[in-house]
Amino acid sequence: MKDQNIIQVKNLTKKYGDFFAVNEISFHVKKGEIFGFLGANGAGKTTAMKMLIGISKPTYGEATVAGFDVFKNPEKIKKNIGYMSQKFALYDDLTVNENIIFFGGIYGLKRKIIKHKTKELLSYLGIEELGKTLVGSLPLGVKQKLAFSIALIHEPKIVFLDEPTGGVDPITRRQFWEMIYEKAHQGTTIFVTTHYMDEAEYCDRVSIMVTGKIEALDTPKKLKEIYKVDSMNEVFLKLARGE
Amino acid sequence: MKTILFIIQKEFKQIFRNKAMLPIIFVLPIMQIVILSFAATFEVTNIELAYIDNDKSTYSRELISKFKASNYFTINGELSSAKQGFDAMQKGEIDVFIEIPSNFERQLIKEKEIALSIQIDAINGASAGVENAYINQIIQKFNAKIRAELMPVIPKSKGLKRLELTPSYWYNETLDYKTFMVPGIIVLLVTMVTFFLSGMNIVREKEIGTLEQINVTPIKKYQFIIGKLFPFWVLGIFILFFGMNIGRFLFEVPLLGNPFVILLFASIYILVFLGMGFLISNFTDTQQQAMFIAWFFVVIFILMSGLFTPIESMPSWAQKLTEFNPIRYFIEVIRMVMLKGSGFQDILPQLIKITVYAIVMNILAVVSYRKVS
Repeated sequence: MKDQNIIQVKNLTKKYGDFFAVNEISFHVKKGEIFGFLGANGAGKTTAMKMLIGISKPTYGEATVAGFDVFKNPEKIKKNIGYMSQKFALYDDLTVNENIIFFGGIYGLKRKIIKHKTKELLSYLGIEELGKTLVGSLPLGVKQKLAFSIALIHEPKIVFLDEPTGGVDPITRRQFWEMIYEKAHQGTTIFVTTHYMDEAEYCDRVSIMVTGKIEALDTPKKLKEIYKVDSMNEVFLKLARGE
Repeated sequence: MKTILFIIQKEFKQIFRNKAMLPIIFVLPIMQIVILSFAATFEVTNIELAYIDNDKSTYSRELISKFKASNYFTINGELSSAKQGFDAMQKGEIDVFIEIPSNFERQLIKEKEIALSIQIDAINGASAGVENAYINQIIQKFNAKIRAELMPVIPKSKGLKRLELTPSYWYNETLDYKTFMVPGIIVLLVTMVTFFLSGMNIVREKEIGTLEQINVTPIKKYQFIIGKLFPFWVLGIFILFFGMNIGRFLFEVPLLGNPFVILLFASIYILVFLGMGFLISNFTDTQQQAMFIAWFFVVIFILMSGLFTPIESMPSWAQKLTEFNPIRYFIEVIRMVMLKGSGFQDILPQLIKITVYAIVMNILAVVSYRKVS
């Protein structure tokens, strides 16, 4: 069963001076799971995620992602993960096609494969005619779906999404989550942070971080039972307020 | 290797698509080289000169007419007193005034010696120095003529032999300042374009968040750095080529040496500034910070490069500091090759220093660039 855990974290900690941004968190994520990583602003979600994707060195603790140690092999982890940040990180001054070529290229895909993938991706998103449009002039919803697809271009085992749906309308958010479900069904593990509690309901399991610590971790259904409330929103409020 | 090509392709697309960047790359260099080459001159002309003639004699008038005849001076007018002269200088109406004493002619004939009072506005020390030299030259000539007139009786054998110097200027016979300035300005252009654009470019990726996106990919540090900097290296070489052609065909600056020697030196020289730009971008988070730091260095480097003021006239500690100034070496080399026709052997010392500089800068840049924070 152990190899089913694609992410394993034990006492992972990040300190800035005396401040514990992330304070000894432990959890695991199963393969193909949609894992919700919740918390208020400044609770330490993004810092924790950055340690897992190998761009921030933990102060101490243990973590393996896709079978690789975050201390020893961060570059091997990077081959196996996709990442979409809350800052929208495609190039606005490049076209849709050029962005796909660039990111495909630096993940080491061959030009022929990239060409094929581009076609597939554009038709999947229903934007075949927008290949030569600058990304900067696309509507936010399209940009976000595109960023998600590009994060998956090298077919990673896990994809990390940091507040992927900030600022988009409910319809687009719905479509976005349909894409997430589809990918999870195909076996990709999804690790997602969000502020939207209705989105938390879509997750298989959620953890809730409060001031650097994981205060709760279970399925949304169980959490609601434990805290005797009807929605994840209330669970979150109870925890975040420390009630 | 393939990964690097993907980055280079992307960089070139972005450079040529950026509407603000294109003029910086193509129009500004032409403007700078044309404007600076005409404007950055050491010649001082149109010196406003006034005089007080207390003697009103033949000799005093003759002296003043010498100034009138000079191309450098504009006669502002005659003054009635020194006070009026100082007032005019205070207001900035005149640059220089000369006071001829009342017994000028008599003393000159009798004592063979006379003191003139000359006041120079020295707000700008450099031009005051030049003005002083011009005035001295005119007075010397006047002096020589008077001597000849007043002392023809002394037998030649017994007379003091006058020593006259006739300098001949090598490598720039006519002392044309453009010949001197244009190569230096080409160096500045190459430096600024490569230094600023490379530094800004990487910080910009930090600002918009794409650098983080790149850091989560398995890309190698060297791939990223080479891919990022190569396009700016090409731009630098292009600007060098462009500037040298403007220099040759518009300003007729000679190119006596082998242009490939300059090209070789420039290829390594540009790496120094690309490395430095990258290094700065590793320690800054915004384009504003990077710009400020880059400016700080560029201003010091330019002012201490020997372009505007000769290094020989700097205090010795400052001369030692210029050993660390890459701009200094390139200006030396480009002037040597273009004006003197120096070859590879002659510029070898500079080439070695700049190569060491480039290696150090780029090692620092690679080491300080971290994918993991």
